[in-house]
Amino acid sequence: MVVWLLAPLRDLRRHLVSLRRFWGTSLASQLEYQFNAFIELLAMVGNLAGSLLVLWLFDRQGVPLGGWSWAGALVVLGAYTVLTGFTSCLLQPNLSRIVTHVQEGTLDFVLLKPIDSQFWLSLRTVSAAGVPEMVLGVVLMVGAALQERGSLNPAAVLLMAAMLMAAALTLYALWFVLATTSIWFVKTWNATEVLRAVLTAGRYPVAAFPPALRTLFTLVLPVAFLTTVPAEALLERATAPWIGGSVAVACGALAISRAFWQLALRFYTSASS
Amino acid sequence: MTWTMHVLGRARRHAVLWSVQFAYMAEYRAEIALWALSGVVPFIMLAIWQSAPLPGLGLDGPMLGRYFLSAFVVRQFTVVWVVWQFEEDTIQGRLSPYLLQPLHPLWRYVAAHQAEQATRLPFVMLIIATFFLLQPAALAFPSPPRLLLGVLAVGLAFAINFLLQSLIACLCFWSERATALERLLMIPTLFLSGLVAPLQAFPPGLARLALKTPFPYLIAFPAQLLSGDPLPVEGGFTVVGGFLAMALWIAVLLPLLSLLWRAGVRRYGAMGA
Repeated sequence: MVVWLLAPLRDLRRHLVSLRRFWGTSLASQLEYQFNAFIELLAMVGNLAGSLLVLWLFDRQGVPLGGWSWAGALVVLGAYTVLTGFTSCLLQPNLSRIVTHVQEGTLDFVLLKPIDSQFWLSLRTVSAAGVPEMVLGVVLMVGAALQERGSLNPAAVLLMAAMLMAAALTLYALWFVLATTSIWFVKTWNATEVLRAVLTAGRYPVAAFPPALRTLFTLVLPVAFLTTVPAEALLERATAPWIGGSVAVACGALAISRAFWQLALRFYTSASS
Repeated sequence: MTWTMHVLGRARRHAVLWSVQFAYMAEYRAEIALWALSGVVPFIMLAIWQSAPLPGLGLDGPMLGRYFLSAFVVRQFTVVWVVWQFEEDTIQGRLSPYLLQPLHPLWRYVAAHQAEQATRLPFVMLIIATFFLLQPAALAFPSPPRLLLGVLAVGLAFAINFLLQSLIACLCFWSERATALERLLMIPTLFLSGLVAPLQAFPPGLARLALKTPFPYLIAFPAQLLSGDPLPVEGGFTVVGGFLAMALWIAVLLPLLSLLWRAGVRRYGAMGA
C-alpha cells in the first residue's frame, strides 16, 4: 500500500530533475506575456478588495461573523488567498489540460512516458501568476494574526504552515479527482467551476454558516479544513481533533486521488480504439 | 412592400439561427446543468447573511431568501460568455467566414446565448423548487405585473451585460488575449452588482457610487423586482428610475460598441491570411 502510494518517490532524484526542467521551461515561456501578469495583479487586488468589502459590511455594524473578530476573519481570508494563489500556480495550469489530453488523444503519449503519469499530469507546468497572491495571503494572515494576538508563537506559525500544506494537498486531490472524471465524461470541465464556486465559501470562517452547512463543509466538502483550520492554528485556537482531522483528510484524499486515477486508467481505451 | 419583405426575411433568418443554436445547446444539457450549478455563490452568501442579520437592513430572513434566490435567477439569465467564444473564433480563423455573411456576427452570439438560456430554464426551475422546499418560510411569488416587470428587467440586464462584454470582445481585434480583461470586469460584476451583498447593506455613499455604474442594474434591480418585496425606500431604485437608467446605459453602450466594432473590423488582419 505504502509502496504503491509513494511510487513517484522511489526514484526521487529523476523526478526532481524532471521537475526542474518542466518548471524552468514553463516560466521562461510565461515571461513572454508581461501584460497578462499585470492584469493578474490587478485582478488579485480587486478580488481581495471585494472580499474585504463584504467582511467590512458586517464589521462596520459590529456584527461578528460566527463569533470571529474582524482580524480573525482576515486570517481566514488570508488562508483563502494563499490557496487561490496555489490553485493558479499549479492546479489550474496542469489539471485543466487533462481534459484536452483526453479530447485530443495526447494522453496516450503521456502514458507512454517513462515517468509516473499522475506526477507528470499534476506537475508538468507551473505558472508564476499565483505567486503574488500566495505572498499576499501569507502577509495578510500574519498581519491580521499579529493584530489579533499581539505576538506570534513560532510553533503556531509552523503548525499553520503544516495545516496549509495539508489544505493544499486536499485541494489538489479534489481537483484531480474531478479532472480525472473526464476519462469517462469528456466534457466535465464545468464540474471544476462548480467546485471553485462552492469553495468561495472558504472566504469566511466555517462558523459563519448555519449548522447544516457547517456539517456539509466539514464532512462532505472539506472547506473547513482548507481555510478555517489553518487560521485557527495560527491564532492558537486549533484543537487536536481538528489538526488530526486535517492531516487525515489530506492523506485520505491523496490516496483516493491515486486509486481513482489507477481505476480511470483501467477504463481508458485511448483515443483511436 | 419591399420593406415588409425585408423585415420578414430578417425575422425568418433569426428564427432559423435561433433554432439551430437551440439544437446545438440541447446537446450540451449536462454541461449547462453543471454551469447553472456553478452559480451557487448567492446561496452561499444567503447562508452568511441569514446567520448574521444586520441591524437596520430592512430585510428579514425570508426576504433575504427571496432576494438571493432572485439574484441567482437573474444571474442565470444574464451570464454572458461572448468574450471566450469570440476570442476562440478569432484565433481559430472562424470569424472570417462569419464576416462575409449578410448577418452581423454578434447576432450569432446573441442567438447562442438565448438558446443556452432556454436550455437552462428547466434546471433553474428545479433549483427554485428545491429552494422553497428547504426554506418554506420564504415561499411567495411576485404579483403578475411585478413578474412581468422583473422579466423585462432581466432581459434589459442581459442586454447591458452583453454590450459590456462585447466591448471587451472587440478588443480581440487588437490583442489576442481579451479574456484577461474580462477577469477584471468580473470583479465589479461580482461585488457591486448585489450578487454577494444586497445594496441596502452598503453605506449610503458607496451605494450612491455603485448606482452610477451599470453593475447594480445587472443583478440588484431585476432581483428586487423579481423578489416581489417592496423596493427599499432609501438608497435604492424606483421602478421608473431603474428602467430609465437601464435604457440610458443601453443608449450609451450601443453606439460605443458599433464604433469599436467598425474600427476593429478595419484593423482585422484575419489569422493565417
